[in-house]
Amino acid sequence: MRLIINKIILILSTLAAILGLVFLFWILITLTIKGFASVNLYIFTHDLIDNGLRNLLIGQFILAFIAVLIGVPLGMIAGIYLQEYSFNNKFATFIRNLSDVMMSAPSIVIGTFVYAIMVNPIGHLNGWAGAIALGIMMLPIVVRTTDDMLGLVPKELREAGVAIGAPKYKVIFNIIIKAAKVGIMTGLLLAFARIIGETAPLLFTSGNSQYFTLNLNHEFPSLTVAIYNLATMPDKHLVDIAWAGAFVLTLFVLIINLLGRYIVKEKK
Amino acid sequence: MEFIFKKISSLSAAFILVLLTAVFIVLFLYAKPAIKKYGLHFIIDPRWDVSVPIKEKTPTKTNNIKSQKNKNNNIEVSDADVLAALGITNTNAKTETIYGGLVPLVGTILSTLIAMLFAVPIAMGIAIFLSEISPPLINKPVGIAIELLAAIPSIIYGMWGLFYFGPFISHIFGGSSVSLLVAGLVLGIMIIPFMASLTRDSMNTTPNILKESAYAMGATKFEVIKDIIFPYARKGIIGSIILALGRALGETMAVAFVIGGVFTFPKKITDPTVSIPVVLANNFAESSGMSLSALFYLALILFILSFIIIFSAKFYFLKNKN
Repeated sequence: MRLIINKIILILSTLAAILGLVFLFWILITLTIKGFASVNLYIFTHDLIDNGLRNLLIGQFILAFIAVLIGVPLGMIAGIYLQEYSFNNKFATFIRNLSDVMMSAPSIVIGTFVYAIMVNPIGHLNGWAGAIALGIMMLPIVVRTTDDMLGLVPKELREAGVAIGAPKYKVIFNIIIKAAKVGIMTGLLLAFARIIGETAPLLFTSGNSQYFTLNLNHEFPSLTVAIYNLATMPDKHLVDIAWAGAFVLTLFVLIINLLGRYIVKEKK
Repeated sequence: MEFIFKKISSLSAAFILVLLTAVFIVLFLYAKPAIKKYGLHFIIDPRWDVSVPIKEKTPTKTNNIKSQKNKNNNIEVSDADVLAALGITNTNAKTETIYGGLVPLVGTILSTLIAMLFAVPIAMGIAIFLSEISPPLINKPVGIAIELLAAIPSIIYGMWGLFYFGPFISHIFGGSSVSLLVAGLVLGIMIIPFMASLTRDSMNTTPNILKESAYAMGATKFEVIKDIIFPYARKGIIGSIILALGRALGETMAVAFVIGGVFTFPKKITDPTVSIPVVLANNFAESSGMSLSALFYLALILFILSFIIIFSAKFYFLKNKN
């Protein structure tokens, strides 16, 4: 009897794994088929107004890049504080918990917050608001990564640095960060991959634009928001553009993830 | 220099606290008119954007003008002013527009519930398969595939749900291809990889010596999983389920495509409805005045819900460490 139950459970688990994989491959396969059918050179060289993706791809990158400029320095310094300066006091534990809470906060709520502070007072959607929303999304991920990776650096390295008389900030920047460089870089790469696919925080902060623009004071083109808008259009050609965008986005995110994995492996 | 850097670093850590508090306060301030007007009744009122006759004595026009003069000392009248400014009551002062959050709240809870019922068994199965059953040759590629799938942006899941999964489900269960059921299942599929990889990680922390001792006593694989691994990794597993729950609750894009976005209670599981994030995503751009405030009220409710859920997960994880 025990053996039969054992068999049943093992088979069920295997089936669950297969079922899960079936769904997930179903997504990837449809995405690849639909994507390949619609991706061509034309969409990379034309803007949305001419049924292309160029302005959207560039816009999404700019938003994510500014988010990195906001989220990474702030997040890394906060992470350094948690690991190097706080001596794990109550305040640090509290901040760690808050940061984790923030990491799981619904992204659309971050969007409403940025709308309230950046869009409503100005009166119209603007690119800065979108970039800041993404930066806020990125901040807790960077804090967590830096905190974890610095925690892996052996204590002896710190002691060696202090023993030669270096001030602490020099020890941190010249020794500890260097030792944890690969881990932190990988974490940042994954954080970038995560925010570049975000849609909800951009919907009513930077919105979308059909034209090529680098002016962040107005509505700003975004690939993900465009996918959301186009996919529900009745025009089949526009839906195909959305699929092309979805394919390019997924491919990009997966490549970054694989790259991060590869870096970690190389290090080991 | 050292002192400056130390200060800067502690300030940026404190910035997280400031930011989170600011989110809370700003949402509250913007939601305040709606909170004032509807109070807690908001969460049990199923009417959204419905015009109803005002029950209490409506202020006459002269009263209105008078009260506008007293605007600064009298906050009570500002609601009427807002409505008037919106043009809702300008022709007929006898009606007002009611906003209640019950439908999206129920939609959020039900879709999350369906997602969890669907995802938890499958994610557990995948975790068990990866950590105990699969040979190393399969283990690695499947494990990587699962982790990569957790990284796919949620909008992709939503789009796939709209064009392929929704029609598939409506073909089997009948009903519309955008419905509560489809939304719940798409959500479930989206959180499976996330939950499975976290659960596998915590199952892998079980010391081999414990498992080997049990096998030496003649335990079957299932008994080892049930009596050794699950109790050992219990907190981690529950924590990962709660984290996945929090993710499902606040998810916008995977749901926005497939839930339908209509403000009605689903009579059947295959009926379309709406959830809080989807209401926000669809209505935010066109809203102002009281409707905007009501949306902020919904956002605040969502924020508090997810806050509670994540904090309880943290509580579990913390207990685990001690």
